[in-house]
Amino acid sequence: MAHHSEQHYNLEQRFDFTAATKKSIMTVLVIGAILLGIGIILGITGGGHEEAGEAGGHAFHWYERLYANLWINNVFFTGIAIVGVFFFAIQFAAQAGWSTPLLRVMLSFGYWLPFAGLLMLATFFIANHDLFHWTHAYLFDKNDPQYDSIIDGKGAFFFWPMEKGTFPIFFIVRMVLFFGLWVFFFKKFQQISDQEDQLGGNSHWFKMRSWSAFFLIFFAVSSSISAWDWVMSIDTHWFSTLFGWYVFASWFVSGLAAITLLTIFLKGRGYLEMINQNHIHDMGKFVFGFSIFWTYLWFSQFLLIYYANIPEESVYFIERLTSDVYGPFIFVNIGLNFFLPFLVLMTRDSKRHGVFLKLVCSILLVGHWIDFFLMVQPGTLGHNGGIGFMEVGMFLVFGSVVALVVLGGLAKKNLIAKNHPMLEESYHHHI
Amino acid sequence: MEKDTHFILGVYDDEDVLLQAVEKVRSTGVKIHEVFTPYPVHGLEDVLGYKRSRLPIAAFLFGILGTSLAMTMQFYMMRFDWPMIIGGKDYAAFPDFIPVGFEMTVLLAAFGMVGVFMISSNLKPWAQPRIFDERSSDDKHIMAIDLANNSTMEEEKIREILASSGATEINKKSFE
Repeated sequence: MAHHSEQHYNLEQRFDFTAATKKSIMTVLVIGAILLGIGIILGITGGGHEEAGEAGGHAFHWYERLYANLWINNVFFTGIAIVGVFFFAIQFAAQAGWSTPLLRVMLSFGYWLPFAGLLMLATFFIANHDLFHWTHAYLFDKNDPQYDSIIDGKGAFFFWPMEKGTFPIFFIVRMVLFFGLWVFFFKKFQQISDQEDQLGGNSHWFKMRSWSAFFLIFFAVSSSISAWDWVMSIDTHWFSTLFGWYVFASWFVSGLAAITLLTIFLKGRGYLEMINQNHIHDMGKFVFGFSIFWTYLWFSQFLLIYYANIPEESVYFIERLTSDVYGPFIFVNIGLNFFLPFLVLMTRDSKRHGVFLKLVCSILLVGHWIDFFLMVQPGTLGHNGGIGFMEVGMFLVFGSVVALVVLGGLAKKNLIAKNHPMLEESYHHHI
Repeated sequence: MEKDTHFILGVYDDEDVLLQAVEKVRSTGVKIHEVFTPYPVHGLEDVLGYKRSRLPIAAFLFGILGTSLAMTMQFYMMRFDWPMIIGGKDYAAFPDFIPVGFEMTVLLAAFGMVGVFMISSNLKPWAQPRIFDERSSDDKHIMAIDLANNSTMEEEKIREILASSGATEINKKSFE
């Protein structure tokens, strides 16, 4: 509009990862490490007593809980990292203009991906039997009394082309392939974005759109399969056909909450001055909408299993709902991840003001961590699990390390894609 | 035939001129009845000083009504009117009620919102619409000023203000 004065923003701005910010993140890291340490000490001194009398069951060790925690957080934060890249790609596939100043913020979460991949591999090899029941060789030996025909039937999914019960080559190849290609696409997006900064023009945008489309196709398949591999295979007997989408939805909401929080944080520091309430409003809408999407999938999974009541399916919810440890968290999960964002973010004003969004997004990050806690712990730890020092400590340690890596990466490059053809459009975003 | 409401109509060719004209006219104290445009003009609501629609509140209330009706209906039917055991569940198996509850919420919120919108916008079938200027559905923007609402100001003065704000034509139209 002609009567609006032409705006001039600083497009060369760069996030300054100050010592003070680093220090406050380090403080959280240290607090987390102390809590984790207390948890480990409590585990070493207090664990293993009640299991002594269990006939046939193996004794419970404190480190199993440590492994389970590593796995929960690694799956959770991998999700946040890849959703950053995914949401970036969505902007190009959808030819979105409003989000242009946020593109580098989204993409910066991908910096965590290489670390997440290495941690995932390492944790798998260290924890092995303690996390994944299907890794035991005796399950596939027909002469063994503990032979399990159901798991034997699923064995090829992990071990092909090797013999079942040996080395899970197919599983490992998938893990390496997914992380490898995710990191490859992340680097590719960065490279094209850097070239655009230097050369300008529209050709990089078209190039990015093509690469985004390829990434989205790959991500559609890989996100589902990684959910089966890394989460659903813990409860090896059980299966749910929409589990991939359910995990993706949880990842997506967490990722959107993290992107929103980082945007509000940067805005509070005086960066991204072209981001106004309208952009924040759109992020709020995404968080609101996909919280409902997550609930829809959670409930679809639950209702069908509850209604049909087939023992091999309903065992998953019976294990959780009848447990003293996990039962209450089912309702905490629904409360934090559905009712809270649904009721708080329903009005327009709450989506336009940072205070509400900061609150809801922070709670959502905890809420979806609880969602992953409920997916992983019952199948790995049974009644020895729960939320204690170890869980809180590990979450804080992971969270602060991810924050250090992501913010460190963000500080390396300009915050704004200054030659993006839709930058001008995003200034005038108005809803 | 007695004509009892009289409007001064400013006709504008360009949306940018229109937006500035609205600001200018309002700053002189003239109250604008309505502006008619052939297509949505971005920012027009803001310069007209319109308050946000309260339609979402109506939608929310109708939605809650839908949820309550659905839950009451199902609970009454399944627990008291004709108790049935389905799939070994309790008579009042709450999770089963959620899909119907959801559908009723959406249905009543949508119907309620449409109904409230039609009533508040005077879109009843027997309503006689006032056509100010047919060109507002073609290529002209029409600013309508109700003389009864601006009784403190001379008609000539209003015409002057419109002319100086860039109106290409100034007409008068009266309705019963």
